[in-house]
Amino acid sequence: MEILVCVKRVPDTAENEIVVNSKGSDIERGDLVYSVNEWDNYAVEEAIQIRDNVGGTVTVVTVGDDESEEVLRREMAMGADKGILLSDDLFNGSDGKGIATILKAEIQKGKYDLIMTGALADDGAGQVGGMLAAMLDLPYASLVNKIKIVSDKMIRVGREIEGGNQEINEIDLPCVLSIQTGINEPRYVGIRGIRKVASVEIPVHKAGDLGLDGTVVGASAAKVKKVDYFVPSMGEGAEMLEGSTDEIVDKLIELLKAKGGIK
Amino acid sequence: MAQHIFVCIAHKNGAAEDSAFELAVAAKAIDSGAGVTALVCGDGSELDSACQSVAGAYAEVWKIGNPALAYPNAEAIRCTLLNILPKGAIVLAAHDTLGMDLGPGLSIKLGSAFVPDVVGIEGLDGNDLKLIRQEFGGQVSTHIRCDLTDGAVINIRSGSFQAQDNPVSGTIVDKSKDAGDIQAKRRFMEVVAAEVGDVDITKSDVLVSVGRGIEDQENISIAQELADAIGAVVSCSRPIVDAKWLEKSRQVGTSGKTVKPKVYIALGISGSFQHMGGLKGNPFIVAINKNPKAPIFQAADIGIAQNLLEFVPELTDKIKEMK
Ligand SMILES: Cc1cc2nc3c(=O)[nH]c(=O)nc-3n(C[C@H](O)[C@H](O)[C@H](O)COP(=O)(O)OP(=O)(O)OC[C@H]3O[C@@H](n4cnc5c(N)ncnc54)[C@H](O)[C@@H]3O)c2cc1C
Repeated sequence: MEILVCVKRVPDTAENEIVVNSKGSDIERGDLVYSVNEWDNYAVEEAIQIRDNVGGTVTVVTVGDDESEEVLRREMAMGADKGILLSDDLFNGSDGKGIATILKAEIQKGKYDLIMTGALADDGAGQVGGMLAAMLDLPYASLVNKIKIVSDKMIRVGREIEGGNQEINEIDLPCVLSIQTGINEPRYVGIRGIRKVASVEIPVHKAGDLGLDGTVVGASAAKVKKVDYFVPSMGEGAEMLEGSTDEIVDKLIELLKAKGGIK
Repeated sequence: MAQHIFVCIAHKNGAAEDSAFELAVAAKAIDSGAGVTALVCGDGSELDSACQSVAGAYAEVWKIGNPALAYPNAEAIRCTLLNILPKGAIVLAAHDTLGMDLGPGLSIKLGSAFVPDVVGIEGLDGNDLKLIRQEFGGQVSTHIRCDLTDGAVINIRSGSFQAQDNPVSGTIVDKSKDAGDIQAKRRFMEVVAAEVGDVDITKSDVLVSVGRGIEDQENISIAQELADAIGAVVSCSRPIVDAKWLEKSRQVGTSGKTVKPKVYIALGISGSFQHMGGLKGNPFIVAINKNPKAPIFQAADIGIAQNLLEFVPELTDKIKEMK
């Protein structure tokens, strides 16, 4: 099975405090720790497991800048066979549809049976997979937390819906799936694994290679534009307990007792 | 010119979901003069009663019945809506697991813009619609401009608008004949219910809930010891279940359990809307998080900006001493 997984390099929100810059044009990116988007990592693990069971290849692709190469290498260290970087200044300012358009152009250069994305990335949008499927006229399932390969023409997928219930579907191949966390346990990638793939060539495809121009990608084509970043004033918020740890502990115990939190 | 807005209605067992009534308000926030039509896909008597349940909130309800729509399969719904919606339509849907499945592809097929997970609507500015979204797990917000020239599909986060009680008596129009031939390359088979665990977190008045900030499986004992000391039960956020450190039945949130405790103590939980969506009944929330800007401090009653791994054992010791 030929599998393509779309991945994205994102700031790690568990590691970073995200702060809006002084102009409100972006977040402060200077000191951020980046990694591969959590959902994408589950998708790559799933792709590797499927390949190991039924054969084939796993290709990871990303739309990004030079630094995005590091997440491709990380996923190749995990076990993906190939990486492709789609990079061009023209891509800057693309909306979700623009990103899907870039990926579609790359996908049409190959022949894939299964295309996966993460269910969601740092912007919380969760849109690229569904858009790609519609552009390619392929069936789509989002929030997939189980995949069973039935034949080379059809698979069975579980979608995680409200309450953690699982909706089972049959879906024809080729198809596009967006992957939910928890579908597997992604393997650990050590420094040594990354070193092994450090010199593997990763092709870079630019707008021209993909037959794309500013009428379909980038800021000029975007119908959805981000105006600014801000932190909303959210009314009161929590009463923050300050002081020494002893003082905070005493105050908290008092509050918990009053609210029936200590039995 | 006033806009016309179509709203996709999610329904279950013959009743519209809460989102249906919130979206009626969201539509008016886009354009108070807009005509608004509810789109209800389904089959049989459940469809009829779902249509009835929204006719009190929408002046016009389009009923779209077909055996292929008996279960809300987004692939089938999309196929139907493409036969029914006019060019340039503005379509609203809930940002739930159905809306996430439906919206992105629908916008592509309609040739329109798509904006997911909208939390606020600032209104029209010429042909642009000004919207508010969040990024990075709710740590920052963004203003968005969406060009409506070719229509748009907009998914709205649940709870962003308050349903209003100004009843109308809507007309139900049967559009089933226009639904067309529904060919879906994805076929619904069954729903498998979430697993039941050994503890029922929905029964406890006091929950000590752990998130990714607990850092290590071994540290769960820190939460368990606090819970034991105060007579609480341990629940958690999703990453803890993904890591297999606790059972799925302990997960609070939209894809986990809905809980209504009196007191909720959140340890190292950032406060994503999917997590907070499972917390109902206005509990007294104590949040302990080392990031003073964590979104959970907006929702909590009491906040403690400390390293939980150091703070919680001290708290537990003091409580034990008292007893
Ligand atoms: C469709 C869908 C459904 C979902 N359903 C759910 C759901 O039901 N429930 C759910 O919880 N999530 C759900 N999620 C995931 C959700 O979006 C978040 O990813 C998740 O809630 C984050 O969990 P968290 O707060 O534990 O982790 P994080 O967001 O990583 O937050 C960890 C927090 O711990 C703090 N921290 C770190 N170390 C320490 C320390 N030593 N001391 C104190 N604080 C520390 C950090 O400052 C941070 O705020 C869903 C997502 C999707 C897409």
